[in-house]
Amino acid sequence: MPETLPPDSVGLVTPQSLHFDTPLQLDCGRTLPQYDFVYETYGELNAAHSNAILICHALSGDHHAAGYHSMADRKPGWWDTCIGPGKPIDTNRYFVVCPNNLGGCKGSAGPTSTNPATGKPYGPDFPIVTVKDWVRSQAMLADALGISQWAAVIGGSLGGMQAMQWAIDYVDRIRHAIVIAAAPRLSAQNIAFNELARQAIMSDPDFHSGHYYEHGVIPRHGLMLARMLGHITYLSDDVMRSKFGRELREGKLNFGFDVEFQVESYLRHQGLSFVEHFDANTYLLMTKALDYFDPAIDFNNDLAAAFQQAKAEFLVISFTSDWRFSTARSREIVKALLESGKHVSYAKVNADQGHDAFLLSIPYYLDVFTSYMKREVTT
Amino acid sequence: MALRPDLDIISGWITPGSRVLDLGCGDGTLLAYLQDNRQVTGYGLEIDDANIVKCLQAGVNVIQTDLDAGLSDFQASTFDYVVMTQTLQAIYYPHKLLDEMLRIGREGIVTFPNFGHLQTRLQLGFGGHMPVSKFLPNEWYDTPNIHLCTVKDFERLCSKQGIHILQRTVVDHTHKTSLGMRLLPNLLGEIALYRFRRK
Repeated sequence: MPETLPPDSVGLVTPQSLHFDTPLQLDCGRTLPQYDFVYETYGELNAAHSNAILICHALSGDHHAAGYHSMADRKPGWWDTCIGPGKPIDTNRYFVVCPNNLGGCKGSAGPTSTNPATGKPYGPDFPIVTVKDWVRSQAMLADALGISQWAAVIGGSLGGMQAMQWAIDYVDRIRHAIVIAAAPRLSAQNIAFNELARQAIMSDPDFHSGHYYEHGVIPRHGLMLARMLGHITYLSDDVMRSKFGRELREGKLNFGFDVEFQVESYLRHQGLSFVEHFDANTYLLMTKALDYFDPAIDFNNDLAAAFQQAKAEFLVISFTSDWRFSTARSREIVKALLESGKHVSYAKVNADQGHDAFLLSIPYYLDVFTSYMKREVTT
Repeated sequence: MALRPDLDIISGWITPGSRVLDLGCGDGTLLAYLQDNRQVTGYGLEIDDANIVKCLQAGVNVIQTDLDAGLSDFQASTFDYVVMTQTLQAIYYPHKLLDEMLRIGREGIVTFPNFGHLQTRLQLGFGGHMPVSKFLPNEWYDTPNIHLCTVKDFERLCSKQGIHILQRTVVDHTHKTSLGMRLLPNLLGEIALYRFRRK
């Protein structure tokens, strides 16, 4: 909890909500007749409406990207290192919008929200949404906010995938795409990890085929396992070694299956706390959105062709110890952008924190980010 | 601010409106100048963190990469010029990189310190030690320059690789040329600049 708010914080923020009655056509063939969108904004929209930035969140993220909801908050929003006055995404210059994606569990339409057709939570009946669906829905939000073109669409991991999809689908509505720690599509190994996470959730006896709300339970154990697995892939071997090593909690082996090593304790803690504030059906949906993301598939598997019509300029950033979406995956994106002759810059950041590095305060990363953002002159 | 004289010479060689790839682009000075004054588009390749930040500040498209890892991300014949200033001597396989430059670009431009310069010859020949000078400031044990060559060596390599030299200029370390340098480039030139293409 901050005693006083740091000067480079956006301060106290309040989530906002918009209701949409225009039906949204989804890739799966179904339609969302109406939906709520929860989002936060930071900074001021200028008179020309030209300084708006869209932040896209990753798998377990939400609309609370920066600042604090109350002085009692233990932590600020998930990307507070990069959003705020004088930070890379400088709220003195930009109007920043961060929505909770459809299918989420933090207020936007998703499995936990009420299905108007039944009056009950959607649960497993909420349609499977794709990155393209998200981008389409974010464009509706942009319309509602009077933003015809984003100065930049920015995201890390699954968020970076949305930034790419924006550049491909709405060529006139985005000036810069900043794609951080992302991949042009998931590898078989990535999908395998997601499948394991889904199986952990779906095989929990409390899952009830996704209808657990009606039974007054949550698939706690499965969701916890999914999160533990996720955490292993977010960290690098190096950072795990330096954080935990083989340190024992009680200093000795107990020859049992309770928590003995510090790393076990850490993972269980991460898993348990996650279960309290995240929905299992949403987790399933988010992993599917990741698995399905493949912008090249509409272009004969040619990513360069997918980018051909794009007018945005690109900044791609990767982290050396990220093995979930390695630097080689970012280079695939860069290669396609070079092939299609786009404006692109690419930075490879030395960092031993793994995939999570994109959320952390790493000086070179922030320098690159800040320098690029200053290039975009708002009027 | 005046452009560094060697970069000034190179930019004079580049047709306005071309596509340029700058290998080892440093802080992006050349590309920024070409963008602003010659309507050039292109990219710089650079490995150093501090230089990447400077390129981004200068509004230059820059890709952080190791030239020794090759240029396979670039397709054939996609650039008018592939430029490499003061970097050839620090590359593992200069001959392969020259070929790569001409696979990707219509023409290549390189500059390098001429190891055949009189001062260098005197230091090695009579001093009996590895040369250290204003244009080769590093001691032998702490230098990025692992493939130093002379004007003669470079031209021999070009001939062997089927590379046709279009233009050559040699200058001193203040990037000025003279009648002597024009007559005896390998003896009096400190820095050599070449523009070339495939025969």
